[in-house]
Amino acid sequence: MPELTYWQALQEALRQEMTRDPLVFLMGEDIGAYGGAFGVTRGLLAEFGPERVRCTPISEATIVGAATGAALTGMRPVVEIMFMDFVTLAMDQLANHAAKFRYMYGPQARVPLVLRTPAGGGRCYGATHSQSLEAWFLHVPGLKVIAPATPADAKGLLTAAIRDDNPVLCVEHKLLYATTGPVPEDEETLPIGRAATRRQGRDVTLVAYSYYVGIALQAAQRLADDGIDAEVVDLRTLAPLDTETVVQSVRKTGRLVCIEEGTRTGGVGAEVAARVAELAYEYLDAPIRRIAAPDVPIPFSPPLEQETLPTADGIVHTVQEMLR
Amino acid sequence: MTSSGASLSADAARGALYLLMLIRAFEERVLQLVSDGSIRGTTHPYVGQEAVAVGACMALRADDWVVSTHRGHGHLLAKGGDPNRLMAELFGKAAGYGGGKGGTQHMADFAVGHLGSNGVTGGGIPIGTGAALSAQMRGTSQVVAVFFGDGAANQGTFHESLNLASLWRLPAIYVCENNLYAMSTPMRDACAIEHIADRAAAYGMPGVQADGMDVLAVAAAMHAAVEHARAGRGPTLIECKTYRFLGHSKSDQRAYRSREEEAAWRERDPITRLRAVIAARGLASATDVDAIERDAVAAVDAAVDFARRSPFPDPHAVLDGVFADANDRCPS
Repeated sequence: MPELTYWQALQEALRQEMTRDPLVFLMGEDIGAYGGAFGVTRGLLAEFGPERVRCTPISEATIVGAATGAALTGMRPVVEIMFMDFVTLAMDQLANHAAKFRYMYGPQARVPLVLRTPAGGGRCYGATHSQSLEAWFLHVPGLKVIAPATPADAKGLLTAAIRDDNPVLCVEHKLLYATTGPVPEDEETLPIGRAATRRQGRDVTLVAYSYYVGIALQAAQRLADDGIDAEVVDLRTLAPLDTETVVQSVRKTGRLVCIEEGTRTGGVGAEVAARVAELAYEYLDAPIRRIAAPDVPIPFSPPLEQETLPTADGIVHTVQEMLR
Repeated sequence: MTSSGASLSADAARGALYLLMLIRAFEERVLQLVSDGSIRGTTHPYVGQEAVAVGACMALRADDWVVSTHRGHGHLLAKGGDPNRLMAELFGKAAGYGGGKGGTQHMADFAVGHLGSNGVTGGGIPIGTGAALSAQMRGTSQVVAVFFGDGAANQGTFHESLNLASLWRLPAIYVCENNLYAMSTPMRDACAIEHIADRAAAYGMPGVQADGMDVLAVAAAMHAAVEHARAGRGPTLIECKTYRFLGHSKSDQRAYRSREEEAAWRERDPITRLRAVIAARGLASATDVDAIERDAVAAVDAAVDFARRSPFPDPHAVLDGVFADANDRCPS
């Protein structure tokens, strides 16, 4: 299996799907000659031409709305929104229209739209270019949300998203783009809505997604040196959430830590914790813990920004507290 | 302004008159049904504006698309939608366009080229723009009529979409139904210029004024815009000054405008005007016109009857249809 970076794996999915299906096309700001702000589409303009790699004006609402209209009429658009923070500009189109057309208009309507967007901090971009807003979209019925953690998952899940007949948000943490891993060469899809257990363990369940799966695995390694056996569940998809995998893990370990970079209140971890509390309360040996950003805008200054981000140290410390 | 309707055939004239009368009768009946509680929620009556929807759709092919608004019943009927299913949707019945899940502001009939009404002011403008992109990319020669009001013209989506459509020469026709009030706010308090069509210059597309109270004037402007779009020359902005004879929605007492102003606009009733053209040109006899009106009212009667007799959806259906999947029940 070839080793690819995360961005190359995403590009592989785009290329394979564009080659396979002439209805698939790309839309977004600076995705042509520039290759997208994080380089995911570099080279695709030369390969597929400006008809199918469409550089748009800075008009997020219309990028997403036009993609929705195109999807509703048979195309399969893949939109890139340059920073997840800018999805706010397209929120009406996404939340009020794309997500609801199927339900309101009935089976005649389908919206096979993919919205890819770089998320997360760690690069000192400040409060409007660093957010992890994925939890908002769990509150919008009709949307699917994927957040792949590895290059292989990036390719498999994005491929599945492009073939899905519903609007799918693909959350790509900026710190993942340069990471590498083995990626299958064929057009393999991964099922949307299924988590993966990345490490088996008996003492505590660490639930994470996207960039923080790697951080959780680092923490688990250090905990192992301490004699603590952590299980790491990678959600992979945030909507629909694979409750079953998480609950089964907690039934085994009796302890749950939810890890995310988004702000704590109303976060993904809050939803995971609520489900576990509903379905596996009697299995819990300790209160559920959430590791998330404090409820502040992401600050610019490196030490301040670092203070908001979950770390392996923080996870190790939290787990040690729980087992004390 | 109606001179371009000189070649109007008798069939086209009768067809247009029927649709004007159908929409008028439908909307007046809906308002009664909302008042007596048969229909819950709200409604945004199209009474007075019928010439815009009917005139615009006269210039469209069956496979062309329209994107509609919150005041959308007229667009659906004008594009060939089924009054029965429309009325059933307003009643919240299973036989309605969305099985009762959409309601007055959220229904579509793709089979007749209607891509959906839209409850957010300006929300449909990008959707229609994307449908035009889809038509262009697939080389279908379809065009899209995107309806919106004067209020929506002040939304960012108007600017973004018209710019993009012109840039990409998309086959879209932006039909602004300027009924002079965004809910209660007069156009002069919300828009820095008098004519929304003038904004077309900023996007490098033709901007046209058409008398929105004259179905033939609207149709003529649309014909030109459709031809322009099908020739690959891009979008047009058509502004139809019109007037809603009734309030914004069911509870509007119209405190923001005078009864005199309303009376003056009623003098320009699009139905009266088309009847006069039909009489003057001998396109239909008075008896024929009466029969057309009876047919329109009968269609509304039948729609109400259909809607009343239809069952409500099974409450369990609430979880169905969130996703377009083989197994599309809402995941737990």
